[in-house]
Amino acid sequence: MARYDRAITVFSPDGHLFQVEYALEAVRKGNAAVGVRGTDIVVLGVEKKSAAKLQDSRSVRKIVNLDDHIALACAGLKADARVLINRARIECQSHRLTVEDPVTVEYITRYIAGLQQKYTQSGGVRPFGLSTLIVGFDPYSGVPSLYQTDPSGTFSAWKANATGRNSNSIREFLEKNYKETSGQETIKLAIRALLEVVESGGKNIEVAVMTKEGLRQLDEAEIDAIAAEIEAEKEAVEAAKKAPPKEK
Amino acid sequence: MKLDTSGLESAAPVWGAPSELVDGFSAAPLFEVPNTTDFDGFQKEAIQMVKPAKGTTTLAFIFKEGVMVAADSRASMGGYISSQSVKKIIEINPYMLGTMAGGAADCQFWHRNLGIKCRLHELANKRRISVTGASKLLANILYSYRGMGLSVGTMIAGWDETGPGLYYVDSEGGRLKGMRFSVGSGSPYAYGVLDNGYRYDMSVEEAAELARRAIYHATFRDGASGGVASVYYVGPSGWKKLSGDDVGELHYKYYPVMPSTVEQEMIEVAGA
Repeated sequence: MARYDRAITVFSPDGHLFQVEYALEAVRKGNAAVGVRGTDIVVLGVEKKSAAKLQDSRSVRKIVNLDDHIALACAGLKADARVLINRARIECQSHRLTVEDPVTVEYITRYIAGLQQKYTQSGGVRPFGLSTLIVGFDPYSGVPSLYQTDPSGTFSAWKANATGRNSNSIREFLEKNYKETSGQETIKLAIRALLEVVESGGKNIEVAVMTKEGLRQLDEAEIDAIAAEIEAEKEAVEAAKKAPPKEK
Repeated sequence: MKLDTSGLESAAPVWGAPSELVDGFSAAPLFEVPNTTDFDGFQKEAIQMVKPAKGTTTLAFIFKEGVMVAADSRASMGGYISSQSVKKIIEINPYMLGTMAGGAADCQFWHRNLGIKCRLHELANKRRISVTGASKLLANILYSYRGMGLSVGTMIAGWDETGPGLYYVDSEGGRLKGMRFSVGSGSPYAYGVLDNGYRYDMSVEEAAELARRAIYHATFRDGASGGVASVYYVGPSGWKKLSGDDVGELHYKYYPVMPSTVEQEMIEVAGA
């Protein structure tokens, strides 16, 4: 097995590309990221490791925009992310220049996935060690979308998804609790999902909301308020569960 | 003195092994400079050779119901009429038309090429390309061949999500958006009739008649235009050929021969 993971253009006898799988491992070690699509809004949430005291937290934005109407969050190697994001931003502008139209979410996702795939089939390079969650609204049609890409270069559209650390638990939670929502409800669902695996509080998560008007980063106070609301709701549900038996 | 040929090189990045991974714009082929003593003169001659070939009349305009496109069908080589039945309106795809003026081969080839690119765009993006996008693709290609002797003066007309679209694109690399255009040696005459009779709210029949008349008048005065006046209409469901009339017949339709009054009639005299 060890002989088949040097140059990644080589398949192993049982059909694996080990470098790609190792890249997926790197993603699994990265911070949790969740995306939820509503009817008029798409929400991205990312786990934020507590900032070092001397670090300027404003320089460590985890949710970035690729264009006015498209945003991206990722899990994995942050340096690889920077390179990929720069290329995607250039492609968004290049598309505007050549066809005088903004990109659709599917187009830029396909571009990013294509780029990730190219690096799994070339000599002397390694795959990008990150999975991305791409959200946005299509120009003209105004339909909201959420897409995910991974190091192998595959992509697909999702109603809600998670990547990074503990993404399986988050996805399970979403599968159980997802329903078509809009506005504030969608934001709450995304934060609830992320709080399944992250310590509560505005300090530990970064949330951004994409509407037709553009991307809005939620500030700590807002996140804290919503987290508190969620806590209160949870307690109410717990209390309701305990109450009825007593009444008997 | 070494000639400065940097202007002939395209600005796109050069293809090389490492840059395979760099998504660049497709580069135009590098042009080998011919060995002459006077390169500038040679260039001028080459351009002059192709210039007179824009012997044609084509026009297109946007009105309330869509886009009207019309053209003549004469091809001339200097003073020799080489054909009276050239198709100057090229069907790029069922909802987009291109007109031909300049080098026939250049126009035909690059319009076919544009049709391919439009179809690939549709397949990749699951939606039709806009007229804006299609005209920009063509203009960028023509710009990258600037100075290499292409002669193309075309109008891209179509109907997309945003409604009717009309763009003028030429081999100098120019691209203009507009409501009325006429291209070719007969265009001044066509403009005269077109600009005079144009109204935004015309019916399809009125617009077709205006286009037909404009082409006819251009063929009447311009020696390099003639043959058949074809008129196409582009509407929400695509383009449709409305008519193709021989301009000779149109002449007698617009200016029928009046029987002149006879003062004296010659009567056949019975044999004496």
